[in-house]
Amino acid sequence: MSRAETYAATGAAARAPRALWSLGLLRNELLTTFRRWRTLALLAVLAAVPVLVGVAVRIETGGGDPAGGGGGGGPAFISQITDNGLFLVFTAFAATLPFFLPMAIGVVAGDAIAGEASAGTLRYLLVAPAGRTRLLLTKYATVLVFCLAATLVVAVSALATGALLFPLGDLTTISGTRIGFAEGLLRALLIALVVAASLVGVAALGLFVSTLTGSGIAAMATTVGLLITVQILDQIPQLHALQPYFFSHYWLSFADLLREPVYWDDLLRNLGLQALYAAVFGSAAWARFTAKDITA
Amino acid sequence: MTGAADDEEPTHAVIATRGLTKRYRGGQLAVDGLDLTVPAGSVFGFLGPNGSGKTTTIRMLMGLIEPTSGTARVLGRPVPRAARAVLPQVGALIEGPALYGFLSGRDNLLRYDAADPTADPRTRPGRVAAALDRVGLTAAAGKKAKAYSLGMRQRLGLAAALLQPRRLLVLDEPTNGLDPQGMREIRALVRELASDGTTVFLSSHLLDEIEQVCTHVAVMTRGRLVTQGPVAELAAGARGRLVVTTPDPADAARVLKERGATDLVIAGDRVTAEPPDQDPAEVNAALVTAGVRVRGFGLERGSLEDAFVALTGEGFDVAG
Repeated sequence: MSRAETYAATGAAARAPRALWSLGLLRNELLTTFRRWRTLALLAVLAAVPVLVGVAVRIETGGGDPAGGGGGGGPAFISQITDNGLFLVFTAFAATLPFFLPMAIGVVAGDAIAGEASAGTLRYLLVAPAGRTRLLLTKYATVLVFCLAATLVVAVSALATGALLFPLGDLTTISGTRIGFAEGLLRALLIALVVAASLVGVAALGLFVSTLTGSGIAAMATTVGLLITVQILDQIPQLHALQPYFFSHYWLSFADLLREPVYWDDLLRNLGLQALYAAVFGSAAWARFTAKDITA
Repeated sequence: MTGAADDEEPTHAVIATRGLTKRYRGGQLAVDGLDLTVPAGSVFGFLGPNGSGKTTTIRMLMGLIEPTSGTARVLGRPVPRAARAVLPQVGALIEGPALYGFLSGRDNLLRYDAADPTADPRTRPGRVAAALDRVGLTAAAGKKAKAYSLGMRQRLGLAAALLQPRRLLVLDEPTNGLDPQGMREIRALVRELASDGTTVFLSSHLLDEIEQVCTHVAVMTRGRLVTQGPVAELAAGARGRLVVTTPDPADAARVLKERGATDLVIAGDRVTAEPPDQDPAEVNAALVTAGVRVRGFGLERGSLEDAFVALTGEGFDVAG
């Protein structure tokens, strides 16, 4: 093969992948995701929730007396917001974790592979060649970064709103003891990390759904639909035996971090369950995606 | 070529398939026992009506689809098994371009280049700029891809295939959506790349395009390969037709028939026929001797289209 060989000798053939260069795709994926209008809109919605809750509490309580009438997602916290703005962070998590946060994750995770497939860009990434396992890992890593970013956006927005509308200071734990503000901030950060980790399971589920279809919209809708279904089933007493296996069952256990001493049982059960979901649906996504015919 | 035990080089082929077959779920046989050989350094035209299995073949060669049976080798290595080693040396445009509409043209190329783990990030901006320049998109590089016209999208897709020096370019309908000037530019680009030693595998429904740029051609119909070989041989296989222009078409047709011409067609002052087995000069002399006034006499060259229609028995949209 005379001509091709001469050409190969000039440098077209002698290229090998480098470990560090392989990370270029992750960097590009993160940049692409976080510059996307849709991602920013989701984060904006999440940032708006604590602001709305804060303003509502402020208006309802008018002057300063702690009226405990709220009764939203986290009634344990909402009555304390007027005493301490830091409680708005916990209230915001209690309000967004059941639906807003996982819905945002479901959109991003569901779109991860299916969105590329429906745009046709998947085939070009694969012939680049991105490698199927590498692409899947890159997508999952990006979704996890988005989980963390979304959680932090809620936390920061809540903290800023709380500081603006209410006094800050020492706080009373659920157990009744008092801890300093710095300690309280630390607990808030810890809670944010636990909330982000609580979303790992939905992220894996969404990614798996994303490998099943060639339509980004269908994958997003299915993931969000599954989320709602599980949340409803978790409320039905007859399904008591199954409920500990629902990914959302231990979500609100993050409040246990506000006990003195911290009550770890449900927290650890939650993290274990999330790891199990990540392992099961991550493997399923890998098995499906690496064997799939790409016809889109 | 890099060597391993299973990489024994069977021929000088850049693409070689043996009995390559794809049956989709549901039983539809898309590609049936394909034995395709693309010689190194050729510009290889891949022809066939819609639904004849061209795209399925290309997808199998690019490792996107697993063959049901048979083998395929690209650059001497088996695909899809060695796809990750082979594909960095292959540029591809498959079933039209696919772009991220919310990214600029330049960012689209940066992303595709980042997907290749063998691409050096230090030279990335330079290579992207060079690829944009090569397809004439430098001025529009900063525009969002969703604002691109079909022709611009096609150019950007080509630029993505040219981000690296390639040993093989697989181009599926590369001039689709381009104006005549753009088509000429792309053909010039293909010739230029071929003269550098890059093998070009070009699927097209434009027969004159294949005739203009390709050295070799393969024709598929209903999942099977009908023929493959150098373009000149295939076109020569289709015999030219005898064309006589005359004010006396009826007389001309009678004389031609006496001389052994077949398949006579009279259209106005034109008489065409399958030429008889004798020197055309003799036929012309016979016409003049019989008193037929001849304005024009000649053989119309056999075209690839004639060969194609003869092979597949199907019409083909030449006007495009």
